[in-house]
Amino acid sequence: MIRARQLLRLAALPPPRARSYADAAAGPAAMAFTFASPTQVFYNGTTVKQVDVPTLTGSFGILASHVPTLQVLKPGVVTVYAEDGTATKYFVSSGSVTVNADSTVQVLAEEAVTMDMLDLATAKSNLEKAVSEMAAASDEAARAEAQIKVEANEALVKALE
Amino acid sequence: MFARGSAVVLYQPQWGQVRNMATLKDITRRLKSIKNIQKITKSMKMVSAAKYARAERELKPARVYGTGALALYEKAEIKAPEDKKKHLLIGVSSDRGLCGAIHTSIAKTLKNEITNLSNAGKEVMVVGVGDKIRGLLQRTHGNYFLMTFKEVGRRPPSFGDASVIASELLNSGYEFDEGSVIYNRFRSVISYKTDEKPIYSFETVAGSESLSIYDDIDADVLRNYQEFTLANILYYSLKESTTSEQSARMTAMDNASKNASEMIDKLTLTFNRTRQAVITKELIEIISGAAAL
Repeated sequence: MIRARQLLRLAALPPPRARSYADAAAGPAAMAFTFASPTQVFYNGTTVKQVDVPTLTGSFGILASHVPTLQVLKPGVVTVYAEDGTATKYFVSSGSVTVNADSTVQVLAEEAVTMDMLDLATAKSNLEKAVSEMAAASDEAARAEAQIKVEANEALVKALE
Repeated sequence: MFARGSAVVLYQPQWGQVRNMATLKDITRRLKSIKNIQKITKSMKMVSAAKYARAERELKPARVYGTGALALYEKAEIKAPEDKKKHLLIGVSSDRGLCGAIHTSIAKTLKNEITNLSNAGKEVMVVGVGDKIRGLLQRTHGNYFLMTFKEVGRRPPSFGDASVIASELLNSGYEFDEGSVIYNRFRSVISYKTDEKPIYSFETVAGSESLSIYDDIDADVLRNYQEFTLANILYYSLKESTTSEQSARMTAMDNASKNASEMIDKLTLTFNRTRQAVITKELIEIISGAAAL
């Protein structure tokens, strides 16, 4: 008697749900990458493997099918990993990053240069000048500007070392 | 007695179209002045050609940059809600004339947009980049002007100029909900088209529903992003506008030089004919004088 009731109860239970991994991310597999400054275009819709960007909320790497996001760049190094694995570095001053749902990525930098255009000694001396400017700054606006200079030069020196 | 009787003087009315036969001196003067003008227009064409070559070269990366900046608006399909009232129109042109229909086409588009938006009940303000816009619209639409930017067109525009314009707009105190930038898009050496690109305020973008697919955005980041995008769009429209203007000026000065040379040809023929007529008249006088003796 009891066994029949137990059997009935078992039959009434819903079938156990199969557990599996989440679905693969939607969107095209390749990332169309556009990287430009107002005066120069570095990449225009080219397919690359990965891009590392320095943003105000931290550095992160973007691969194909990355979740859509909008970010603002801070002074630092953008590294582009091409399809064949070669990495190219650029120093950017500021700008914006857009990752769209269709895997297109736009990195627009206000100023961007390849690393060979930069000189470590000049960067260090600029940093010292900027630090002394910040110490001497009188009002809020001047101090904020000097702070920006200090941050940019610090990033430059760190990138070159 | 007879002579005293006829005291009536032949009265020639002075206000009629009295065209005397042009003297040699008149024609010479005209010819010299038109030749000077032709020299000037030719040199202006050369200068415009040089500036155009440079502007077109700088336009190539600027185009990629501008389309990159506008990509978000297109892909996310951001639209301002219909009940938003405040609209901003930015007309991008320059200070200098003699460039064909560049300034008038922008002014015409601006006038049409102002009428349409006012009829739809929206509040409109206009920003003129370039003195000519102010000059064309001041008399009829003067009260719509928010601000004007001068010294545009002398040097090629840089990103710094665009950021100055963007920061002035954001600090102006006019809280617009959406707007458009009206500029001349460069198509080829002989053609350009007046085009319009949308700009949105921070609140409109933040409130847009399609923005929710974008992950991990806080208000500060979005505000920075918006301000940067505004500067980018302005930079792009400035670059397109200068290229169109220089190519239009080149064409206009070329046409002017051609017209001037046509006039010079015609006047030279008239000059030679008049010169021959004067010589013939003098000869006849001499001969008839000699025959009378």
